[in-house]
Amino acid sequence: MRIILIILGMALVTYLPRLLPALFMDRFQFPAWFKKWLKSIPYAALGALIFPGVLLVDRDQPLLGLAGGLVAAALSFLNLHITLVMAGSILTVILIQYLI
Amino acid sequence: MKAEKPFFRGVRSGLPIALGYFPIAIAFGALAGQAHLSWWEGTLMSLLVFAGASQFVGVSMLLSGAGAVQIIATTFFLNLRHLIMSLAVNDQMRRFPAAWKNFLSFFITDETFALLTLGDRTEGVTRTPAFMAGLMWTAYLGWVSGSALGGIGAEFIPPQVTTAMTVGLYGLFIGLLVPPARKSSGFALIAGASMLFNWALGFVLDPGWAIVLSTVLAAALGIPLLGEEM
Repeated sequence: MRIILIILGMALVTYLPRLLPALFMDRFQFPAWFKKWLKSIPYAALGALIFPGVLLVDRDQPLLGLAGGLVAAALSFLNLHITLVMAGSILTVILIQYLI
Repeated sequence: MKAEKPFFRGVRSGLPIALGYFPIAIAFGALAGQAHLSWWEGTLMSLLVFAGASQFVGVSMLLSGAGAVQIIATTFFLNLRHLIMSLAVNDQMRRFPAAWKNFLSFFITDETFALLTLGDRTEGVTRTPAFMAGLMWTAYLGWVSGSALGGIGAEFIPPQVTTAMTVGLYGLFIGLLVPPARKSSGFALIAGASMLFNWALGFVLDPGWAIVLSTVLAAALGIPLLGEEM
């Protein structure tokens, strides 16, 4: 029973922040500066999600994540489809794991 | 060729996320088992919470004997970043019926947010409830089914594969970020600044707060950097 209550609590506090913008956003007419901030969120969020997290995938070997990340960056510079970019970084990591 | 229905196009877009989630979810299910959660309790957590990192942390805290309030509070702070992401996703859902907005907001994760805001943006197709639902539910299915399998004891995924797939999800983020960052130095600067902020703040704050603060601050750079046409 305790576990179920913990799960329900986790579910509630996770859903609330996700829900809040859905409830309130269309009640406001946003000024231009706020719209620019909104448009910038994906780039800012992805920057923060990528670094330094990518180095911590394997805490003993930060270079492993770095290698996967660099290959992903190189492949996306070639304008490859996102699935191929992912596959490239996954294969890089598997290959390095296999070699060392 | 007959035009693909938005829902199935969403499913196709969400497939890379689902494939990335699946082995990580198996690892989660297995860890939940070690923390003495039954397979359905672990699956229930994935069904109701659907936030990978916080689920791993929550279960690890259970293993170390943490209290309920402590676990729930940690979950809250760890997932607070979704508030910022939800702002961006809901900006795309402005014209959706309220019930759809409230429902689909449940499925906002780092990965679904990234694909919905920077992935396929075909006019008239991708900003529809059907497309978004297809993408989000595919990711959800990958996460929940993997958790169930892992909980049942299907530990056939070696840890090296989990590591590789985690890097794959970073590959997803990088692959989504690089093309727009190449086109616009403003976007590149925002992303680069956010990386720097997050790295520096990581020394003084826990990761949940560092990501939230870096995102809010770096996105503010967009106010002077981006042109009025944005």
